[in-house]
Amino acid sequence: MTQPVSPPLDSSTDKVPEARPPAWRGLLFRADVRTLSLLGVLAVLILIGGVTKPDEFLDTRNLQLVLTQASVIGVVTVGMTFVIVSGGIDLSVGAIVALASVWATTVATQEYGFAGILFTAVIVGVGCGLVNGVLIAYGAMVPFIATLAMLASARGLALQITDGKTQIVTVPSVLDLGERDAYVLGIPPLVMVFAVVTVIGWLVLNRTTFGRRTVAVGGNPEAARLAGIDVRRQRLYLYLLSGLCCGIAAFLLIVLAGSGQNTNGNLYELDAIAAAIIGGTLLTGGRGTIVGSVLGVLIFTTITNIFALNNLQSDVQQIAKGAIIVAAVLVQRRTASTT
Amino acid sequence: MAPEPPLLSMSGITKSFPGVRALDGVALDVQAGEVHCLLGQNGAGKSTLIKVLAGAHQPDTGTIRWRGEEVTLRSPIAAMRLGIATIYQELDLVEHLSVAENVHLGHEPTTAGFVVRGRTARTSTAALLKRLGHPEIDPARLVGQLSAAQQQIVSMARALSHDVRLIVMDEPSAALDPDEVDNLFRIVGDLTAAGVAVVYISHRLEEIRRIGDRVTVLKDGRAVANGLPAKSTPTREVVALMTGRNVEYVFPDRPVSPPSGEPVLKVQGLARQGEFEPFDLEVRPGEIVGLAGLVGSGRSEILETVYGARKPTTGQVLVEGRALKSGSVRAAVRAGLGLAPEERKAQGLLMLESVTRNVSVSSMSRFARAGWIDRGAELGAARAATRELSLRPDNPSVPVRTLSGGNQQKAVLARWLLRGCKVLLLDEPTRGVDVGARAELYAVIRRLADEGLAVLLVSSEVPEVLGLADRVLVLREGRVVHTAPARELDEHRVLDLVMEGSPAS
Repeated sequence: MTQPVSPPLDSSTDKVPEARPPAWRGLLFRADVRTLSLLGVLAVLILIGGVTKPDEFLDTRNLQLVLTQASVIGVVTVGMTFVIVSGGIDLSVGAIVALASVWATTVATQEYGFAGILFTAVIVGVGCGLVNGVLIAYGAMVPFIATLAMLASARGLALQITDGKTQIVTVPSVLDLGERDAYVLGIPPLVMVFAVVTVIGWLVLNRTTFGRRTVAVGGNPEAARLAGIDVRRQRLYLYLLSGLCCGIAAFLLIVLAGSGQNTNGNLYELDAIAAAIIGGTLLTGGRGTIVGSVLGVLIFTTITNIFALNNLQSDVQQIAKGAIIVAAVLVQRRTASTT
Repeated sequence: MAPEPPLLSMSGITKSFPGVRALDGVALDVQAGEVHCLLGQNGAGKSTLIKVLAGAHQPDTGTIRWRGEEVTLRSPIAAMRLGIATIYQELDLVEHLSVAENVHLGHEPTTAGFVVRGRTARTSTAALLKRLGHPEIDPARLVGQLSAAQQQIVSMARALSHDVRLIVMDEPSAALDPDEVDNLFRIVGDLTAAGVAVVYISHRLEEIRRIGDRVTVLKDGRAVANGLPAKSTPTREVVALMTGRNVEYVFPDRPVSPPSGEPVLKVQGLARQGEFEPFDLEVRPGEIVGLAGLVGSGRSEILETVYGARKPTTGQVLVEGRALKSGSVRAAVRAGLGLAPEERKAQGLLMLESVTRNVSVSSMSRFARAGWIDRGAELGAARAATRELSLRPDNPSVPVRTLSGGNQQKAVLARWLLRGCKVLLLDEPTRGVDVGARAELYAVIRRLADEGLAVLLVSSEVPEVLGLADRVLVLREGRVVHTAPARELDEHRVLDLVMEGSPAS
């Protein structure tokens, strides 16, 4: 015990139980356990991949492919993590990715080249996020309903724009980004974008006032409001952020596929939510980590890859994913209840 | 001839919760056909006692005899089967179900054991409502569409839908208009005439005089008087029983010279429809002003309206002469107001977070450049603020949920200390704080005032307001009925004021 600076008040009456410092250490330990266990799951998966298909799975090209596939959903998941930490949900991410990818690949947009495509994808994403955010923050709509409506409308609009056709990208500079020549030290540019988004996401959530406010709004909206935080504006920003991430992801998808399609981003909302949940983000808000979410994404993408290499059908994949979600939540509840 | 055993006889009832002994050997006898009133201040144990009687809480020790035989009230259903019904203060009706469905909830008339006979339920509900003097309530309407008074009638109909011998009513008149209260009393009269016993809880002495037969007074978890005559016991004696205190709180000394200087907080004609009537208030730097009143007197509502968390119907709040944008917490915080809310866990703290983050949440931008938080500076400032208040443990990195109630309250105070606020609004600052830790909290609050803060304090504990505040506003049902320096008031007088609205003669 250090000596208080001010004259100490009578301290004999308010005893602090001895057990408290260990409880804090337990929390620290638990946070590590969560990340470590996710890393452990990933290691086991890599081991399985390496044992079942040693030549194909550990091939550099395959690993590059896994990371590239993880990048698109990964960027979406970073935005989703913020929304869930704030106590919200964004069901429209997949539909926004679809709408942004087709809007950015129309013949008219492609005339503006690389910048036109990137700019359109991002603006469409942010625009959809703005609609979500205004409806939720200032229209007092439940996030589930508002983003469900956005899901339906954005998908519909994407279909209307494309008329169901695939829009081939004809801008060489965009396509070049996906080529091997663009890899730096063997790392595809898409993966670098994912890495940068992850690092920025982690910094924003953990080191900025924006991140603090997000956690406060999710942990206890009433306390946040009474502490002087503008809860509504914060909610607006969060859906804008999620829309922004969808716009970036849409651009990555355009590069990856070389086209824009109204069926893009199908069920991304479920994958992103599932990745955040197994990464330790509380669906009720107030707690979540970017690292956990990204590990969740990597786990899911690796499973998909291993199953595909072993010629297992996608139905088996789905069952495995479901089992992992249940197992992760049960394990987390157990670690949470031990303190 | 041996006297008939009382309908209900509870004795030696003890019930402890973590950190509190809510009931400490309470006895209660209720005769068939009487109105037995239960009196006591907030926290005296009334609610716990009726929950034991309703089977919602299990007593740690003690015996309950029902018509002379010892019984165990294992669950609310067990109590209901014996004929004990409880109408809680917070009505426990399902808003989206109809009146008839609510009345028969859990014992629906059925065909073949599961098909609900809706018509039968509606007919019997209509009969019950008629008996209660409210035939105009349609049994098919949704409960959510009814007024508070009508919902109370539905609660009562539900109680009567069982074969009931004893009804517990927890502050039934709190939500009612005067003529509705008359109807309530008529119903109570009909029930007792039919031999049903009523346990009646109210803060209003005049009601107890009107309909009560006997009074049991609870204080600090003990029954200090059993079965006093309700009509003839002098008010003074009842109030003395309610207030005579075993635990003497130690309050800090008031400053020698009364605070002067311009009022930092001015409230002018502030009112909210249905909650409190227009009132004026001034608080000077260094002054502690207390609002005393019972639950439902509008005290918390007033504080939250001053803070901008509720939008006033009329009136304004001025800080240092400038009017605040009404209904805006952010404007209030920017102007230098800080609130320690009544529900510390639900409204005050981020329970998953550390003490540091709870303390810094209202002044984050001070440690941030372009949104980037300097965590070293944040931790240092949080440590300085929590040390200033002798918060323990002396480590602001621990999660706030591991702190004791008193230290959690200090974390909330440290938040506003760090922000450098000018006016501190305290709503029930010692709720959930151990008796032993209260004196320290009182000293902290007085020290903050001595350093120049203006403090507006709300408490349901009259001694706390009288001991801590310089000036006291007494509230009764949304109206400021009396304002005086704290030294000129005593607990009896304040209780007289809050219960009867005029000083006892």
